[in-house]
Amino acid sequence: MTQIEIAEKIIPFLVEEFEIERELINPEANLRDTLQLDSLDYVDLVVVIESNFGFKVKQGDFQNLATFKDFYTYVQGKVNASDEASNNL
Amino acid sequence: MLNRVVITGIGIYSCIGKNLAETTQSLYRGKSGIIMDAERKEYGYRSGLTGFVDNPNLKGVLDRRSRIMLPEQGEFAFMSTDEALKVAGIDQDFIDKSSVGILFGNDSSAQAVISANDIIREKRDTVMVGSGSVFQTMNSTVTMNLATIFRLKGINFTVSAACSSGSHSIGLGYMFIKHGYQDCIICGGAQEINLYSMGNFDALGAFSIREDAPHKASRPFDRDRDGLVPSGGAATVILESLDHALRRGATILGEVIGYGFSSNGAHISNPTVEGPQKALEMAIKQSGLGVNQIDYINAHATSTPAGDTSEAKAIFNVFGQPGPYVSSTKSMTGHECWMAGASEIVYSMLMMQNGFIAPNINFENPDEDSVKLNILAETKEAKIDCFLSNSFGFGGTNSSLIIKKWGNK
Repeated sequence: MTQIEIAEKIIPFLVEEFEIERELINPEANLRDTLQLDSLDYVDLVVVIESNFGFKVKQGDFQNLATFKDFYTYVQGKVNASDEASNNL
Repeated sequence: MLNRVVITGIGIYSCIGKNLAETTQSLYRGKSGIIMDAERKEYGYRSGLTGFVDNPNLKGVLDRRSRIMLPEQGEFAFMSTDEALKVAGIDQDFIDKSSVGILFGNDSSAQAVISANDIIREKRDTVMVGSGSVFQTMNSTVTMNLATIFRLKGINFTVSAACSSGSHSIGLGYMFIKHGYQDCIICGGAQEINLYSMGNFDALGAFSIREDAPHKASRPFDRDRDGLVPSGGAATVILESLDHALRRGATILGEVIGYGFSSNGAHISNPTVEGPQKALEMAIKQSGLGVNQIDYINAHATSTPAGDTSEAKAIFNVFGQPGPYVSSTKSMTGHECWMAGASEIVYSMLMMQNGFIAPNINFENPDEDSVKLNILAETKEAKIDCFLSNSFGFGGTNSSLIIKKWGNK
């Protein structure tokens, strides 16, 4: 998946789960500040991603991601790694 | 010096009304809130009867974080507490500058526990329950959530005492204020009403199976009763010291003048006469009133043969004949369990404020014990200066509260 495809898939989930305006999400915006994430909200972010992309997120992975672009890159890496693993079967 | 303890706010969210105005109308008209829920039968219940009230839509009222931590009974309790605070004239600014506490009755959170474990079993991954689950599942869910939402800074814990939880929460609030430890406490009771909340209670065969006539099913004290009907919602009672209420210019609705309690020291579910009688006598002694000064008793009577009989005997032993007017509002609401002790204070307060006594609907034929009581099957216009409310629970926990109208000597 391309990063644009990842973003197009993720953004509606984030808007729905964290109840924020779509317009606030752009690649350079700060993930934590924009979604107003506290330590509990990161758990819900894991649930959203695992439910919609099917890979396991390690606790703490998201805390190091600053921007939405970083976030898309992380998800893209996981998705593509997962696809590659499937193709090698 | 002991403080006098007054009621300055009440709120209700129940199967007979989602606010005080609706509930007053239902009480006056003797309207039942009982329905037949086919889903319960399919799930395996012996009885599909239940009280029913919609879940409130709190989107736009509470933020996401607050909402995802609230189980059903927490939502109900938010609604009744929001109403009670408004009645009391207590806003967030006042709460932020003072030390308001909370003591709420709640004794289960079955739906939240079951839903979470269904997810864990399916996904084999605890994280998938999300961050709100743990705060929904604990018995103290109502107090932990409301204390957070309203930013309360006083006493904060949950009272779990089966079907007298709500009553004891008011009794304990009364004691905290009477002895000077708190000036203002949000008291109440909450009860979940969902499919998962009552299955194991249904297992005991204690529920009415008069499924062809839901409105006739709950019939406390009636000779032909065949069991209780589970129900739920939430009720809130704001208690304050008299000085605190006067200082802030609050409208005083009533005064708590007696809290009697006891434990049966006997069977876990079979009632006794002695236990409730002891609580009744303790409350009356504390109030300083004679038994003839109690105008109305809101009975615990749930519509079970054994429970109603033992309460009828206890009331008769204490009050004799003719005794005060008696009705069980559970005839309309069903048994609101953890919430009942608080909701029945609210129902009785509404009667006291509006000059009537709500009927014990479906009381058609007395039995040998209920015939000795002054039970009202029809609504009666009446001035209530003082009422008593009974609540009894599994394990033999008993609570009796006495409330006096404000302004009376």
